[in-house]
Amino acid sequence: MAAVENRAPEAESPEKQQQQRTPKEVFEPPPLLRAVMTYISYIVLYAVSLVGDTLRKLGLKTSGHVEVTKKEDWFKMNRGFETFFARNMYRRVRDCWNRPIASTPGAYTELVDRVSDDYNWTFRHTGGSTNCLNLGSYNYLGFAENTGPCADAAHQSTLDYGAGTCSPARELGTLDVHKKLEALVARFVGKPAALVFGMGFATNSMNIPALMGKGDLLISDQLNHASLVTGAKLSGATVRVFKHNNMKSLENVLRRAVTEGQPRRLRAWRKILIVVEGVYSMEGSVCKLAEIVRLKKKYKAYVYLDEAHSIGAMGPTGRGVSEYWGVDPADIDIMMGTFTKSFGAAGGYIAANQDVINYLRGASHSTTYAASVPAPVAQQIITSMTIIMGDDGTKEGEKRVAQLLDNSRYFRQRLTEMNFIVYGNEDSPVVPILLYEPGKVTSFSRELLKKKIAVVVVGFPATSIVEARARICLSASHTRDMLDYALKEINEVGDLLLLKK
Amino acid sequence: MESGPVDLGGFYGTVDIHLELEERLAKFTGREEAIIYSYGFATISSAIPAYSKRRDIIFCDEGVCFAVQKGLAASRSKIKYFRHNDMDHLEQLLEEQLKLDKKNPAKEKVTRKFIVAEALYMNHGDLCPLPKLVEFRNRYRTPIFLEESLSFGVLGEHGRGATEHWGLKPGDVDLICASLETAMGSTGGFCAGKSYVVDHQRLSGIGYCFSASMPPMLAAASIKGLDIMEGSPQIFSQLRDKAVAMRRLLRGTPGLRVCGESVNPVIHLQLACPSSSRDTDDELLERVARECIDSGVAVVVAKYLKEELKLPPASLRVTVCVELSEDELEKAAKVIKTAAAKHIL
Repeated sequence: MAAVENRAPEAESPEKQQQQRTPKEVFEPPPLLRAVMTYISYIVLYAVSLVGDTLRKLGLKTSGHVEVTKKEDWFKMNRGFETFFARNMYRRVRDCWNRPIASTPGAYTELVDRVSDDYNWTFRHTGGSTNCLNLGSYNYLGFAENTGPCADAAHQSTLDYGAGTCSPARELGTLDVHKKLEALVARFVGKPAALVFGMGFATNSMNIPALMGKGDLLISDQLNHASLVTGAKLSGATVRVFKHNNMKSLENVLRRAVTEGQPRRLRAWRKILIVVEGVYSMEGSVCKLAEIVRLKKKYKAYVYLDEAHSIGAMGPTGRGVSEYWGVDPADIDIMMGTFTKSFGAAGGYIAANQDVINYLRGASHSTTYAASVPAPVAQQIITSMTIIMGDDGTKEGEKRVAQLLDNSRYFRQRLTEMNFIVYGNEDSPVVPILLYEPGKVTSFSRELLKKKIAVVVVGFPATSIVEARARICLSASHTRDMLDYALKEINEVGDLLLLKK
Repeated sequence: MESGPVDLGGFYGTVDIHLELEERLAKFTGREEAIIYSYGFATISSAIPAYSKRRDIIFCDEGVCFAVQKGLAASRSKIKYFRHNDMDHLEQLLEEQLKLDKKNPAKEKVTRKFIVAEALYMNHGDLCPLPKLVEFRNRYRTPIFLEESLSFGVLGEHGRGATEHWGLKPGDVDLICASLETAMGSTGGFCAGKSYVVDHQRLSGIGYCFSASMPPMLAAASIKGLDIMEGSPQIFSQLRDKAVAMRRLLRGTPGLRVCGESVNPVIHLQLACPSSSRDTDDELLERVARECIDSGVAVVVAKYLKEELKLPPASLRVTVCVELSEDELEKAAKVIKTAAAKHIL
């Protein structure tokens, strides 16, 4: 199997391993012709949209949310590019997003059949559903199941504790299940203590402000997730950005911060925090963790690692990018992650030293004001984490982690052989296929849906204007046959839409 | 149904049960459309910045809860606070803004204005005078965002919230946001209003776009909750009667003062003579709370962070549940009074 051949020997240092692995990450720049065609597409689209909006204002066109273009709109939604974009450009193609499902998002999922009689302004459910191969859900380890030990345990937990906790953690909202979960998470990740929260997004947006404030410096990767950006903005700290995964850029920012200190105040920064993600979900890239730890030690900064997509999905036993690179978890000051992806649950965690966790317990916005993790969700996490760790006495966890890695490598390799432009690290379970033109983005999604394959496509403004893509998420529940079927269909659609190099 | 969502709402994370819950909530509150969030706190704190941006103006009550404060901070708008429930002060601020608008009509055309208030204030326990706010809304053409986490399932003949309680039309309040983690006993929150307003949040509400959707199981729990609310409308008046009864029983607690609106089941017992040190007050109330818990009655000291805009006074919080009998309420009140007498005086 390819998975065994490429593994580096364990005796080598983390940095040497990283150097050996780095060349496997690929980010080809867009071909010139494709970039030009993309710009032309958007210009034409913009022009047509302007015409449409003008007709609506003059009352010659009456479809859609006409209230927005009327004078009585006190929300003044007409102002700004955002609503213009949503009304004219996004609306034309919005059948590719928000597709409702009628089952668990496993390897196959039931997509609700819907049609639009008025050019995507409204949708009508026809009453049926289609069974599709699911390449869009972050079901990395296949725990999105409604049967099996996880579902049974969650069911029992609902009978014991009810649905919600109705309280923040500090005010009668902490259950014994939470204590058990926090101890398990700390053990899983390899840190002394952990704290869990009800929402993954909120874990970042409500705890970074508790950790950072005025006089602190936050150095953030260019492509960090919206939750990290929100947390950074709300904290009041100064934010500086370094080029995506570019260690030279990071070193320059650090060097400048340490030598210059705070602007105008001529004092050193109170603390410097480097915020990175384990796996970047839009790029499929993996952060260069060993190098980051080396830099943080050199410049005496702290590291905050967001493992939303990498916990459970990377590393030989699913412990995340620290295991993948062989970095000691003690070197990473704050490890954060979410339970949404690999554990089939909801919520997030922060793992760090005992004193940081003790501080956060009292200072976090979430523990004081927001409801704690519901008991059945906490139980789902406990059961799935126990399986992944192998503590349930089976090899199921090991099998799933190995299957995911095998699927990721196989899929990416075959797509590259077919001459598609694919980004990201060879071992990452996120596979972005570059599509560029907005027309191709929507056709890709629609054509594959006809073939009963559900994919996720992303365009402007979530990505840059030229780099629209299809983002495939592999899962441990995908078999080789399923992947081969998907590859065959993607190959055909690729030829049809001229997506290949 | 498994208990995890496994995806963003826009990418196969919307399950048909979410759509059903949205329809049911819209119908229950009498509005065109509803949108569901997976976290109660994220609901109002994502809704406000979705509509109000950097150059816009928000008139907000000083006594709003932390989630609203975070929403205001994230919007980067100009916030004009009016004194808690002081309608004259709000009118004064609105008049001032009107004068500025008349001087500069071009700027007025592109500046959005909003009024933000809570139906039942979480930190103070009192009602906001909604009919007056609606009058200002119509006079000054300023939409209202109403936080209804504590009034949804509590106020109104059928539990539909503040609009029903005051006898107003659903269209009078432009957007309501409520948490499903309180009266509904589930997870998450929702916003409801006109279709074109609520739909905007599907692309602009960061807590919706960049976050996984609600676990389907908990959406099912909320739907069942709605079934119960619609099937047993008498529970709302029962709850309010019990809240009134409990307040009467707690009157005369040594050292503590009963605060808030009489029908509010969330009862704040503030210290009658607070000391100059907030820490001392909190510790004293903690001792009272612990004494109550040891005697079989679970109450909490209301927790706040120092980042609050205006730190509410230290208080013990007693919440009434409709399932408690009159006997149980009497016994609980006795325990609280004994504990207070022991530690405070």
